[in-house]
Amino acid sequence: MASMDKKELICICCPIGCVITVTSHEDGTLDVKGNSCKRGEEYANKELTAPTRIVTTTVRVRGASRPVVPVKTKCDIPKDKVMECIKALKEIEVTPPIRLGETIVANVADTGVDIVATKAVE
Amino acid sequence: MDKRVDILIVGGGPAGLAAAVAAKKSGADRILILERDEELGGILNQCIHNGFGLHTFKEELTGPEYASRYIWQVEELGIPYLLQTIVIDISASEAVKLVTAINKENGIFTIEAKAVVLAMGCRERSRGALNIPGYRPAGIYSAGTAQRYVNMEGRMPGKEVVVLGSGDIGLIMARRMTLEGAKVKMVAELMPYSGGLKRNIVQCLEDYGIPLKLSHTVIDIDGRERVKGVTVAEADENRKPIPGTEEYISCDTLLLSCGLIPENELSVGLGVSLNPVTAGPVVNESLETSVEGVFACGNVLHVHDLVDYVSEEACSAGEHAAAYARGGRPAEEHKVTLKCAGGVRYTVPSLICVERIDKEQVVRFRVGSVYKDVFLTVYYNNTVVIKQKKRVLLPGEMEQIKLKKVEMEKFPDLKTITVAIEREG
Amino acid sequence: MYDVIVIGAGVTGAAIARELSKYEYEGKVAVLERASDICEGTSKANSGIVHAGHDATPGTLKAKLNVLGNQRMEQLSKELDFPFKRNGTLVLCFDGKDRDKMQELLKKGRLNGVEGLRIIEAEEIQRLEPNVSNEACAALYAPSGGIVCPFGLTAALAENACENGVEFYLNTKVERIRKSPAGYVLQTSAGIFESQIIVNAAGLYADALHNMVSEKKLHIVPRKGEYCLFDKAVGGYVSHTIFQLPTRYGKGVLVTPTVHGNLMMGPTAVDIEDKEGTNTTEEGIADLLKRGGLSIKRVPAEKIITSFAGLRAHEDGGDFVIEEVEDAQGFIDVAGIESPGLTCAPAIGEYVAGMVLERLPAPKKVDFKACREAIRGMADADEEERKALIEKNPAYANVICRCELVTEGEIMDAIHRPLGATTLDGVKRRTRAGMGRCQSGFCAPKTVEILARELGKDIGEITKSGGSSMFLTGYDKAEV
Repeated sequence: MASMDKKELICICCPIGCVITVTSHEDGTLDVKGNSCKRGEEYANKELTAPTRIVTTTVRVRGASRPVVPVKTKCDIPKDKVMECIKALKEIEVTPPIRLGETIVANVADTGVDIVATKAVE
Repeated sequence: MDKRVDILIVGGGPAGLAAAVAAKKSGADRILILERDEELGGILNQCIHNGFGLHTFKEELTGPEYASRYIWQVEELGIPYLLQTIVIDISASEAVKLVTAINKENGIFTIEAKAVVLAMGCRERSRGALNIPGYRPAGIYSAGTAQRYVNMEGRMPGKEVVVLGSGDIGLIMARRMTLEGAKVKMVAELMPYSGGLKRNIVQCLEDYGIPLKLSHTVIDIDGRERVKGVTVAEADENRKPIPGTEEYISCDTLLLSCGLIPENELSVGLGVSLNPVTAGPVVNESLETSVEGVFACGNVLHVHDLVDYVSEEACSAGEHAAAYARGGRPAEEHKVTLKCAGGVRYTVPSLICVERIDKEQVVRFRVGSVYKDVFLTVYYNNTVVIKQKKRVLLPGEMEQIKLKKVEMEKFPDLKTITVAIEREG
Repeated sequence: MYDVIVIGAGVTGAAIARELSKYEYEGKVAVLERASDICEGTSKANSGIVHAGHDATPGTLKAKLNVLGNQRMEQLSKELDFPFKRNGTLVLCFDGKDRDKMQELLKKGRLNGVEGLRIIEAEEIQRLEPNVSNEACAALYAPSGGIVCPFGLTAALAENACENGVEFYLNTKVERIRKSPAGYVLQTSAGIFESQIIVNAAGLYADALHNMVSEKKLHIVPRKGEYCLFDKAVGGYVSHTIFQLPTRYGKGVLVTPTVHGNLMMGPTAVDIEDKEGTNTTEEGIADLLKRGGLSIKRVPAEKIITSFAGLRAHEDGGDFVIEEVEDAQGFIDVAGIESPGLTCAPAIGEYVAGMVLERLPAPKKVDFKACREAIRGMADADEEERKALIEKNPAYANVICRCELVTEGEIMDAIHRPLGATTLDGVKRRTRAGMGRCQSGFCAPKTVEILARELGKDIGEITKSGGSSMFLTGYDKAEV
């Protein structure tokens, strides 16, 4: 079986930043090398087929000591939805109290993923 | 407020919080944390990105989430703390330390402590310290200052950005500014390698098509009121700009991410000796400084890349501070000096008293340049005891190695431990 | 219609205004300033030296006003409460062959009336200043030399003038001047002003204003001087101000402690064209470190906290030009005020006020307030004072600038006093918040917040130094 494509990736799952070599075969299977944990393999597979990212940003808060509260996507979303996700949060304004982990926007940008608060606001 | 405590912790950031929790859990009773900001958590409050806690909590958290894990513990354990409180002086007399602080509620007050844990963190190298020529307009920010504006105030410090320095905060801010609507034109790095983590180059720069220009620096700043542009030039191997490579880049903002400096002005006032390489205190196995009963951890000790390691280090400092406050530590008999060789810039600690090690001793260090396919070797006197193959060692990434007490005890006349980078077997 | 309008709120304009405020003028006295704050030109970026007075050629205005200004400074610093210290100066001689130049300087100094001058030898130099280079074989010692805070001096003079009734108009740039039967009409960026007498203390732009009313043209060259400021950790490296005799390397660079306890080196001296050319240059900084380095054993370059450049207003003739313009009666030039202009300011104030009085006599004010109180700083206060300040206002216990120990209380005072700060640089010059080793990395956002709150503005409106020097450009996601 002839290998079609060889790619080098840097794993972003943790700060180690393993250099992963991925070889794609004609039958669509991937050969992943260089990762030091299972997450690396998953990352490489995803990165080559459907890359995803966690998005962290803020949304406005009315009537709190700080004007914004930090939020994140509860899990990773498709990479090409990142800017859409930010846009969806542009007009959002919340009022305290906000619990850590509280859902701020459900199913953001139709990704099936919720935006949650990463800090409590009294 | 209790004016007498067992352990006083200067700083309520990740290091101070972890030290307090560990000290409490190992039996210390009267602990007080003094924090200068309006809330506990320190710089983590503005680090809203993810990537924290994989090591400590086995999950990926944002900065505020990571901080809250420790803040909950502090609350649950009933450890008292004072906010918006600045320590202005620490002095040591005999067995007690006098910590003078100031805040709105209490005015100026002095606390008597048996042990002090220094956890003041660090500051960013400023434009002035970098000596970048040019005008002095608005629009030049340290990456951390910009981070505070964007992440805590919801305000943009600029629209078109050049980042100088590829430290992690700079990389993270390149992404944050892009996500919030700014155009980040380039990250210029004087060194031939990045000062930040590889994963941040991928997910903060490459994801957004932001060019990283290694061996490049800013040689001029234009704009009298607000930044109008910067001149970037390529640097030679001596880090000097190469004539003819200048490029003018119009922008309204220059973010600086060119290194962090431990904030040791209080430590120096107290008489703590500093290591010129780290700009942090010289410490022993207990993370105790040259002043007995004064411990240091986190970025005030040496600049870390990962908060997880800050917590781990601070936990150790907290436990040792508790042991000191309790009294009855083993006497110092067998003292060993740690030495660096072949590209290792420093070690923390730099002194070990074998009796005071529990089971193993973590030694943290950094290398001075990029090393590929080398051996990390540890010598006890002149004998090799550890030899690990390393695919790559980077100046931007802190390394650590664990030394076992039983191994040390096999060397009754152990005087020096040398940590070295070696090329050949 | 004003009696007197002073153009320029630098140290010279402020000193003249303060002197004029001692007199009862029926019309009024006003100061017009194009910048958003006082002390925004040459006065904010100089050596902060109170020269003894041995440099100037005997008989010149510089010579006369220097010695007098130096004498006045001490009393004035008590009345107006600004930092001044008579630390003494040494002019180093590195080469036996240059001894005659040093003797000449001594002779000039004595002719100018400088007291206490004497030549000291290498051994005494080392005893006084152990960090001075061993290459220094002798020095001219001037015990009357001193150091002053240029912002403190300018603010003190201006605030006191303001309290005594002088009107200050900031953001007011004089664009045209027309002679009128009663005096002069000034067309400015903020409207029309009229005055019987005009005092032109416009620093680098004094020639432009002069040339609007006179056929005999003036020409002022901006002479750039670059400086490096060092951390207070090395503030005690020298205790005297260390000058150099001019050598084959050119005119000397000085090394001095500042009155606030930093170490400073500079300036270079390069004539340029651009009157706004306050940028530092790589060559300039390298040059000053090299030349200043000749005076001391080691340059603590790793302790540099910032560098900056100032422009001196050098008039082609080389001396101060302080006179009523021949073909423009009632228009008084105070031009070419380069070094030792800061030292001379109090004397220039008296001298110019004398000229104004001659033309437009006025009685002395009976209720003139000679004293002004500075912002009380926590950093310099003793324990009792600190407690008293906090008692008065708990904001004095909220530390904003950690490096320089500046509190919210001091910043509030700086904003609300006469001619108060409206910009970040304004707060910095008045309180030192942001002047320390972190160079405002931590305190700038907090200071901006306090400025906005106290001035009833949004933080987005606060600037570094007026004009378009905005700190923030908008809200997050606005451009997404």
